[in-house]
Amino acid sequence: MATSTPTRDAHTPPPRGSQRKPVNAHRQMWRSRIWRFDDKASPYAYIAPFFLVFGAFGLYPLIYTGWIALHRVEMTGLDRMEWVGWANFDRILHDAEFWTAVSNTFLIGVMSTVPQLLVALGLAHLLNYKLRASTFWRTIILTPYATSVASAALVFALVFRADGGLLNWVLHFVGLGDTNWANGHWTSKIAISVIVIWRWTGYNTLIYLAAMQAVPTDLYEAASLDGASRWQQFRKVTIPSLRPTILFTIVISTIGSMQLFGEPLLLEGGTLGAIGGNEHQYETLSVYLYNYGWNLGHLGPAAAVAWAMLALLLIIAAVNWLFGRFVRKSAV
Amino acid sequence: MRITRTVAGRSRRAAVLVTTGLTASALLLTGCSSDSDSSDTSSDANGKITLTVADFGQFGYKEAGLFAKYHELNPNITVKEDTTAEEKNYYPKLLQQLSAGSGLADVQGLEVGRIKELADTKADQFADLSKVIDVNEWVSWKEKQATTKDGKVIGAGTDIGPMSLCYNTELFKKAGLPTDRKEVAAKIAGGWEDYLKLGEEYKKKAPAGTYFMDSASAMYNAVVSSNAKQYYDESGQPIYKDSPSVKQGWDLSAEAADKKLTQGLAQFGDPWKAALRKSTMATVACPAWMAGQISIAAGDANKGKWDITTAPGATAANWGGSFLGVPTAGKHVAEASKLVKWLTAPEQQAAVFKAIGSFPSNKGAYELPDVKNAKLAYFNDAPIGQIYADEAKSIPETVLGPKDAVIKDTISTQINNMEQRGTSPDKAWKAATEAIDKAIG
Repeated sequence: MATSTPTRDAHTPPPRGSQRKPVNAHRQMWRSRIWRFDDKASPYAYIAPFFLVFGAFGLYPLIYTGWIALHRVEMTGLDRMEWVGWANFDRILHDAEFWTAVSNTFLIGVMSTVPQLLVALGLAHLLNYKLRASTFWRTIILTPYATSVASAALVFALVFRADGGLLNWVLHFVGLGDTNWANGHWTSKIAISVIVIWRWTGYNTLIYLAAMQAVPTDLYEAASLDGASRWQQFRKVTIPSLRPTILFTIVISTIGSMQLFGEPLLLEGGTLGAIGGNEHQYETLSVYLYNYGWNLGHLGPAAAVAWAMLALLLIIAAVNWLFGRFVRKSAV
Repeated sequence: MRITRTVAGRSRRAAVLVTTGLTASALLLTGCSSDSDSSDTSSDANGKITLTVADFGQFGYKEAGLFAKYHELNPNITVKEDTTAEEKNYYPKLLQQLSAGSGLADVQGLEVGRIKELADTKADQFADLSKVIDVNEWVSWKEKQATTKDGKVIGAGTDIGPMSLCYNTELFKKAGLPTDRKEVAAKIAGGWEDYLKLGEEYKKKAPAGTYFMDSASAMYNAVVSSNAKQYYDESGQPIYKDSPSVKQGWDLSAEAADKKLTQGLAQFGDPWKAALRKSTMATVACPAWMAGQISIAAGDANKGKWDITTAPGATAANWGGSFLGVPTAGKHVAEASKLVKWLTAPEQQAAVFKAIGSFPSNKGAYELPDVKNAKLAYFNDAPIGQIYADEAKSIPETVLGPKDAVIKDTISTQINNMEQRGTSPDKAWKAATEAIDKAIG
């Protein structure tokens, strides 16, 4: 930062045009001030675009949603807002359907996250060994993640269809079958979890793989010299080294499952999709929000649901943080 | 000297970068609010304009070749259609666009279940079509639905859905029932109770794996549609809980579900289409536009097996039917209104009827040979023009409400639960009323 000293431009030639001496001295003082300001302020200016964009597309909608949550706003008259205070929150908290959605969201979240991360961990471990055409396998494993929610959900809707669905057709040969997957309370949740697992396992596998490759190889060498089997290496070397990464994937998956929307909406589609099944058996919070806002046209309660979801995420984050602290402490 | 120059240069570059960055992000921020109105570009120096028509489902204009014909008659006008498959997705978008005053097409399709809500809340954003069309050309109740309290007409009627009964003659024969149109009509002349009795008769000798009707919710819709009073009273109060027509429809559906007369398939879904292909249901409550749906789903293999007769009971019913409205936010309101007048004129409605079977709402069309003498080859040459035109005359003037579509949907879902899951009528009714109160409130 030596160049930022005020004396550095003592030899600056006067700019074009007639300039008188006193003005020149005055100008130099100004220049140095501007430069000092420049040094301090430009970093902020460089990062300003992000914050401006975030303010406009992140913070403003968030706050405005909160504002709407305190009003009665109908889809048919977005310009008419009527203050109702906490009534919208009161309304959703006393709605049995809201609590169904909360428990569905958590159940589907657990049912999809746990197997997904376990499988991802195993796959990453396999991919971490020397394989022929490893890039090919890694690409293949990421392919489901690259497909859109809509196409994945539509394809799986065909698989899980009650009448003439692929899965029932296969089950038919083993003497089972004729399960109305979307209709049952558990079967519908299983169906949705399968779509989520199928889409996200590859993504998590690659994250684990990246973390595994950062684990020093001498640890493995030392372990194999000691006669540790692959399974033992996995348990005693890989897992402990991966702890922060695992925590990260849990957080990401939790946020993802809180926002689960496309899969339940499209499993049956149409009217039933929008209410999460004929008995709300697979209605998630996002679907509940969507139905309230866009199907029934009541934007106030819909906005209240959005804020309730934020609150739930913050609670989960707090639990996660406490859990993480506990894990770190017990690891020491 | 060298040093200072580079420093000055760097700082200037930095200033330029910052300014560019800020300008770029400012542009990005304002970009979404800037008015990128596309209708400006739809009119070029030669006065040629492009009119856009946004609709849902199947309006049949493309199938009848009407947009191309309009371009032939008016070489300076090109019509483009933007179709959303499900009205359920179309309507919220329309409301948003109306609120924003942008993104609207020159002509917008409006569904009958929504017309009341639009007339109540959005009338000021639609052109008054009563200055362009003669409302007396329509069947009396149709244009009234799109008329506001102060006499403004926000939509010109397209089709209506006079009710009939479609039945599978092959299955009827196997179950020992009459197959002739008149004989079937006589059996159910007493109303929907007779229809259920016929169902029990069918069930006694029915071929294995077949059902009397496709879905109880369809029958419910047909029953309610034949009444003037449905979900709201004239003053706009929701009365669905005590409405006699709703109660009648609900009780009949519960009975049908209880007696297992229905296959319990949600209409227009893939399983429903598959069932039609495999001929597992004997009857379908049949608004005019339904015949087309059945023939497409059941396929050529079942051609001639189906027939059409009058719906149960003496009072006719109407199910469905849409309107075309012209938003005032459009750049070509006058031209769009002319297009709407042309599209809903008798000749064009008759052409749509011929192409996809949507029945005209413009009375003038009933005298045209394309409608009057129309027979459906697929349905054993049923004289549909005559059947539907007769029905259309006795359809009662229904009282519409703002949330008709949502109420109908919600009740249908619960009827579906009774059929498929054996949910008790009391429990289903409770669930339906809770959901409806949430929707209305």
